Amino acid sequence: MLDNLLPIDPDVAARIEALDLQFNKFGVDPYGIDKNDLIRFVSAFAWIYRFYFKVDVYGLDNVPSRGRGVLVGNHSGGVAIDGAMAMGSLLLDAEPPRLAHAMIDKFIHQFPGASQLMARTGQFTGNPDQAKRLLRDERLILVFPEGARGTAKLAKDADTLVDFGTGFIRLALETNSPIIPFGFVGGGEALPTIANLRRLGRMLGVPYIPVTKWGLLIPKPTRFQLLYGKPMHFEGTGHERDELVSEMVDQVKARIRDLIRQGRALREKEISEGDLVL
Amino acid sequence: MRVLVTGISGKLGRLVGLELLRRGYQVAGIDRRAWPDGPADIEVHQVDIRKRPAEDVFRTYRPDAAIHMATVTHLVNQSPDRMRVNLYGTRAFIHHCHQYDVKQAIFAGRHTFYGAAADSPLYHTEDEPPISAHSFPELADLVAADLYAASALWRYPEIATAVLRLVYTLGPSKHGTLAAFLKGPRVPLVMGFDPLFHFIHELDAAEAIVTALAHKLHGIFNVSGPTPVPLSTVVKAAGRRPLPMPETLFRLGLGKLGLPMLPAAAIDHLKYPIVVDSEAFRRATGFRYSYDERETINGFRTA
Repeated sequence: MLDNLLPIDPDVAARIEALDLQFNKFGVDPYGIDKNDLIRFVSAFAWIYRFYFKVDVYGLDNVPSRGRGVLVGNHSGGVAIDGAMAMGSLLLDAEPPRLAHAMIDKFIHQFPGASQLMARTGQFTGNPDQAKRLLRDERLILVFPEGARGTAKLAKDADTLVDFGTGFIRLALETNSPIIPFGFVGGGEALPTIANLRRLGRMLGVPYIPVTKWGLLIPKPTRFQLLYGKPMHFEGTGHERDELVSEMVDQVKARIRDLIRQGRALREKEISEGDLVL
Repeated sequence: MRVLVTGISGKLGRLVGLELLRRGYQVAGIDRRAWPDGPADIEVHQVDIRKRPAEDVFRTYRPDAAIHMATVTHLVNQSPDRMRVNLYGTRAFIHHCHQYDVKQAIFAGRHTFYGAAADSPLYHTEDEPPISAHSFPELADLVAADLYAASALWRYPEIATAVLRLVYTLGPSKHGTLAAFLKGPRVPLVMGFDPLFHFIHELDAAEAIVTALAHKLHGIFNVSGPTPVPLSTVVKAAGRRPLPMPETLFRLGLGKLGLPMLPAAAIDHLKYPIVVDSEAFRRATGFRYSYDERETINGFRTA
């Protein structure tokens, strides 16, 4: 798809080659990930990740280097830059590199171009069957339990959390997967949204159109803090009563809130890396 | 063991007939069409599965097993009696199997049963309902035929019924939904979408159907070949040129300007994947395809 349009970064190419994926004779894995498309896309993305933005990543060792896992984090502003940066940290900073499958909103696959890009890089519409299959295949999935309500937070609320869905806990219980909580800070500064145009959004087939301080939906170069916490293990079958599941959700939410708080303190230079409790 | 194949003169029907012969079965067929130059060992009764003479074939031939392939599956040419052939033909098939003590019945269905949508899981398992039957009326008859055939599982539990949902077949016969779509030198695609396509070499498909018979399968099974490949890659590997067009233009141009004659709902099949999990079939039969993704496309390309 991206043939000859984007230059290849040899370091990125080596990292993609090192991914634990089985490509067929056309360079496509069973989930439709195209090795060459991924190399070209991540080569371009690497520039944004490393130079346009800057991501201070902490606790990357908490992400399992192989095997299943559910990465659960917060949305911090406007659009899902947080998701892209988390994906970036796993592909570009983690040793060995890993490709996470984000459980994305349904509307994304309805857009030409976006659908193709997401399909070739392993990003699926969030769906329990899809997520279970990926986890049983020992993949990492990336979940934002706040959903579109999370990205819709205005800049002033960027470090807070809205209601969490509970599906991710049932998923982790049913597949016996660890949950790796993470906190992301700085999205509100990169894309300070002051309002969301919901009616216009609905007309265009998206949940809303964010309006930034400067009107345009272009993020400014920003340094982010991304903190991965220790894996959390819960025991159960995934068919527990809602109250039990809600308690587990609250524990994860509390961990993420704490990681955001520490990330904010780092950002404001109130603490240093040595003070972190991940 | 006597096996009766309906729709035996179709491209896949012939391959199934030949594979059955090769494995030592006695084979007869029913088809409205002739099989010119077919093997002398296969008697083809040129009758309509829905009509009385077809029942006579069941009565006199007394097959031990029957394979139903007399369904109209292509989307390119809509025939007016397609729905009747697919539904009444399947009903007649199941009825005759019951009436004449056929011990095994196989319904060769299609993976398009599951439909294509932006939010469905990539791999479909047999327990999933057909989500797009309502939005794709041209396929609704095949979905209904599949479900009707599956009803034999509880209506006539004494018959070992297997409903197979096969992915697109491709190969030297250049026949089938995918082959028809890849016919021209330029293949129109919906710009910005590139769904995975799941296909199997036609010889592997025939072998899978006969393997299902040999294992006396009872139940519903997805059948697939190698892992799926993006449509644009299939097009290029088949020696065609992909011609991506914006969806609006594509819709306006259907059946004109050299664009294929497809029902509007088929566009979803060019935007979203239909991929199946065939693990249950593999576990039950040990079936493994012989032609990989590249060999399958080459078989089509070089024929």
